[in-house]
Amino acid sequence: MSLLRYRSEIIKFKEMNFTLKIWRQENARAKGRFETYQLQDISPDCSFLEMLDILNQQLIDKFEKPVCFDHDCREGICGACGLYINGRPHGPDKGITTCQLHMRKFKDGDTIVVEPWRAKPFPVIKDLVVDRSAFDKIIQAGGFISVNTGGVPDANTIPVPRKNADIAMDAAACIGCGACVAACKNASAMLFVAAKVSQFAMLPQGQVEAKERVLKMVQKMDELGFGNCTNTGACEAECPKEISLSHIARMNREYFSATFNA
Amino acid sequence: MSNIFTSSIGKKLMMSLAGLFLLAFLLLHLAINITLILYKDTETFNRAATFMGTNPVIKVMEVILFGGFLLHMVYGAVLQVGNLMARPKGYKKANYSQTSFFSKYMLHTALIITIFLVLHLFDFWVKNKFLGSVHEITYADGETYHNLGALVLERFKIGWVVVVYVVLLLGLGFHLHHGFQSAFQTLGINHKSYTPVIKTLGVLYSVVVTTGYISIPVYIYFFK
Repeated sequence: MSLLRYRSEIIKFKEMNFTLKIWRQENARAKGRFETYQLQDISPDCSFLEMLDILNQQLIDKFEKPVCFDHDCREGICGACGLYINGRPHGPDKGITTCQLHMRKFKDGDTIVVEPWRAKPFPVIKDLVVDRSAFDKIIQAGGFISVNTGGVPDANTIPVPRKNADIAMDAAACIGCGACVAACKNASAMLFVAAKVSQFAMLPQGQVEAKERVLKMVQKMDELGFGNCTNTGACEAECPKEISLSHIARMNREYFSATFNA
Repeated sequence: MSNIFTSSIGKKLMMSLAGLFLLAFLLLHLAINITLILYKDTETFNRAATFMGTNPVIKVMEVILFGGFLLHMVYGAVLQVGNLMARPKGYKKANYSQTSFFSKYMLHTALIITIFLVLHLFDFWVKNKFLGSVHEITYADGETYHNLGALVLERFKIGWVVVVYVVLLLGLGFHLHHGFQSAFQTLGINHKSYTPVIKTLGVLYSVVVTTGYISIPVYIYFFK
């Protein structure tokens, strides 16, 4: 056996077969239903979204409508993709987005149930695509600082303790994908709002509007119809950026301080 | 300020403060009840129970206690309704994210506790206060007390009453297991070093309090 052939024998992967149960919904007003698809010969190194691409190509070849799903960067930083896979947002792995999930995380012959995020403020637009503009509205309510940026300031003009900078950076890692809402049994958005409040609360630039910010963002979150946090921790467990529950405690402190020191 | 009664975080604050108050009450209640099995007769229990039933300060506290229960239950119900409305259509595949087990069943255990509360209040509080089921007893010092201890011993000699109490008290234990640490998180107390201590204290509290309460009917049934 030649070396080349020997190598090709070794690296030959075992292709996998799956049964997919996917939520299909024509539009926001349609009723929607689960459709079952059989998919053969999928590489274990295929990403979940690539697997859906293969399925869609097969559907297009059969003149059927492809499955709609959100995606953009496909490298885990944009927060666009987000599917509820077998009972977990972003599927069976920790600290990843759906695009970073690979088919090797499943077993050959598995049935995979794929659903959209389910929450009243995240209505389904089509198939697996939901409208997450509720998060934008929360940000618009106070998730910003009102200063003219001007020129680039000199480094270290505003001293920030290293510890605070680290906490702010951890909070700012939130990509707003909505997995926290999807995972929460109450469809609460508190981890998202807490991350956005925290990233400013830890920095001097965020202090000027701190009180107003937390009150307005929480008010908007409540108005939009998100549920209430029961400190279950599903959000923290499923967050692709592993945002900690400690940010929710910080948001609560900020909220109490803004309310009682008004 | 009014937002503290209407916003999600404000309502959670009310829940947690009322919850912590109820946690303190449970300890006091247990301290009195446990005298039933620590002492041979019911004299200590009857003296304590009569003090709790007649002392003016405690009478005010009784009203505050009912208020605490009511606040915790009403805000809990309001928050729960909001939670149900936030997800009108559920998932086909049940969520199995890595979370603390008991936190998922706070509503269920809350309903168990409500059933327990109704049964328990009728069993002793209503019978003592309104139905005149408790007779008086005079001890060596010449003072007269309500013989509530006799009623407790009588009730816990009935097998099914003991079984119902044990089962419902387990529900209370599961509720406390998550409730203790959850109250601190809601108050904004989350710290790298102290949160694990609070969580351990919560487990200890729930185990000690539940075991303590369960031991009373069980001990009375078998050994009194």
